[in-house]
Amino acid sequence: MTAETLYDKIWDDHVVTGTDASALLYVDLHLIHEVTTPQAFAGLELAGRAVRRPDRTLAIADHNVPTEGQAEGIAAVADPESRLQLATFDTHVRARAIDYLPMGHADNGIVHVVAPELGRSRPGMVIVCGDSHTSTHGAFGALAFGIGTSEVEHVLATQTLRTAKAANMAVDIIGTLGPQVGAKDIALALIAQIGTSGGTGAVIEYRGAVVDALSMEARMTLCNMSIEAGARAGLIAPDATTRAYLAARAGGAASADLRSDPDAVFDRHVTLDMTGIAPMVTWGTNPAQAIAIDAPVPDPITLPEADRAAAERALAYMDVAPGCTLIGLPIDLVFIGSCTNSRIEDLRAAAAVARGGHVAPGVRALVVPGSRAVRRQAEAEGLDVIFTAAGFEWREPGCSMCLGMNPDKLTPGQRCASTSNRNFEGRQGPGGRTHLMSPAMAAAAALSGGITDVRAVAA
Amino acid sequence: MTPFDTLTGIAAPLLQDDIDTDLIIPGRFLKTVTRTGLGDGLFDSLRHDEGGAERADFVLNQPAFHGAAILIAGDNFGCGSSREHAPWALLDYGIRCVIAPGFGDIFFSNSVNCGLLPARMARADVAALAEAVAAGGVRLTIDLIAQQVSGAGEWSFDIPPAARARLLQGLDPIGETLQQLAAIEAYEARG
Ligand code: SF4
Repeated sequence: MTAETLYDKIWDDHVVTGTDASALLYVDLHLIHEVTTPQAFAGLELAGRAVRRPDRTLAIADHNVPTEGQAEGIAAVADPESRLQLATFDTHVRARAIDYLPMGHADNGIVHVVAPELGRSRPGMVIVCGDSHTSTHGAFGALAFGIGTSEVEHVLATQTLRTAKAANMAVDIIGTLGPQVGAKDIALALIAQIGTSGGTGAVIEYRGAVVDALSMEARMTLCNMSIEAGARAGLIAPDATTRAYLAARAGGAASADLRSDPDAVFDRHVTLDMTGIAPMVTWGTNPAQAIAIDAPVPDPITLPEADRAAAERALAYMDVAPGCTLIGLPIDLVFIGSCTNSRIEDLRAAAAVARGGHVAPGVRALVVPGSRAVRRQAEAEGLDVIFTAAGFEWREPGCSMCLGMNPDKLTPGQRCASTSNRNFEGRQGPGGRTHLMSPAMAAAAALSGGITDVRAVAA
Repeated sequence: MTPFDTLTGIAAPLLQDDIDTDLIIPGRFLKTVTRTGLGDGLFDSLRHDEGGAERADFVLNQPAFHGAAILIAGDNFGCGSSREHAPWALLDYGIRCVIAPGFGDIFFSNSVNCGLLPARMARADVAALAEAVAAGGVRLTIDLIAQQVSGAGEWSFDIPPAARARLLQGLDPIGETLQQLAAIEAYEARG
């Protein structure tokens, strides 16, 4: 037998019929949410088709739920379009007996935070969802990727997906992490190195000593950002850390080892040395436009020609000057949340910085836990008290300001220190300016009122 | 979905790289429960100013490009989210083909699934083609069978065979897959 990568193995194990160019792939777990499914359900209805495996489908409302008053239910959602979308989803999901965590449910939250917590995301699975950050679940050694609504409809009807095999890409992360440097900084440093299309057409397997030492929460943050490098998915081979995480959850411990063969050949290979890398922050309008907090914003003249026009456009949109660092740049909002950085470790890191301090005058700071379970755990540890005493808002779970679909959004010109994953123009609200960073960096920005090197304020 | 074989229409250049799905159709337009009507939100922040008025300098707002059916775009077009609302918005506006050096993966499959042709062309060719249509009002013909673009010179483009077949046939992919039900059941039975 020829040597295979982890991706090859999961792929082979799930091909129902077909070839690499066009295979019918079996889906073990299909996650659905309110934004990308109403049209799929309408399509099923039109064709008189049933949901083939409601037991392999998990429905969660997360994208446009308000982050307060969730217990009052859908009827109390103020925005009429959001209310209709949530109600449409609710009706379809209930009518088809799909496993469902509605808004306000004791276990709900962002789909990519909740499914792992419940022990539903497991090694060797194929997991899909009508959301690009499905790559998060790759942290468990599952092949997990985002699909569009037509594909959601296809999976609902058949429990399979017609797709082509991607290339294999290995990313070795080596060296030592400096103080206050974690998974978010690794992801931003990698994307800054390989670009927003550096992973296009490939499934990335993250390996190396740095990855081996990461917690499951941190691995989810890293895999989550794979899509920002253009990759179809991110994968990390399950190990003792994975097994320990799963053993504590429903479904129990994971079974056999699943990893790339030692002599497996990858189509592409990248090494990222984290030694000496400072906490990262984005200055522009895509996640590759990221720098170390103590480095100057690049002058477009110094960039490769292909990147210059985009850099100039981004500098103008973001209203930042090339040649100096971002330190001290005043911000209006701080958002600690999203499927990238809203897990318990993220909140602990932010609270450690916020403890005893106070949000700067004129700054609004939101903490939006990724799920009710995260919120409960944080409250049990007293993190909510630290945040509220420091002037942060303690919200209910959801996507919130990550994409500005619910009432939490930026107004034109506002600048936000955000732990989310996309700094695209208008992502957090029309005309809004987003700087991506880690939870500790975002908390430091909240206290000082401007972009800050967290290493200078936290021991 | 409507089968795609040839298309003739006005081409508009939009050569910025990394046009992401949030630029194509911002999140605030995703609260819809239908596939139609999204054309109004297409490229909203590029097309409209903060007051909602048309930006005169945006290519699709210029009279010579009104009714464009073909977009000639920069690299990594459609990167970002999985929202199929992006190709829906393009189609609703009237654009049935995007020519670019590269596409976001999910955008690419979403486009094929709803009948929008994502045609890959080398960066230099895309730049030259954009130049050739820059004056406006130039009608190109896209022939998917021959993988050729004509009307302002002759160009060829790439598309993977499986995607090409899907676009040409315009079949109901779920219906096709359901014909494989025995294979799916056999897979499930193996435990
Ligand atoms: S938190 Fe943001 S990126 Fe994550 S699923 Fe929600 S909208 Fe998407």
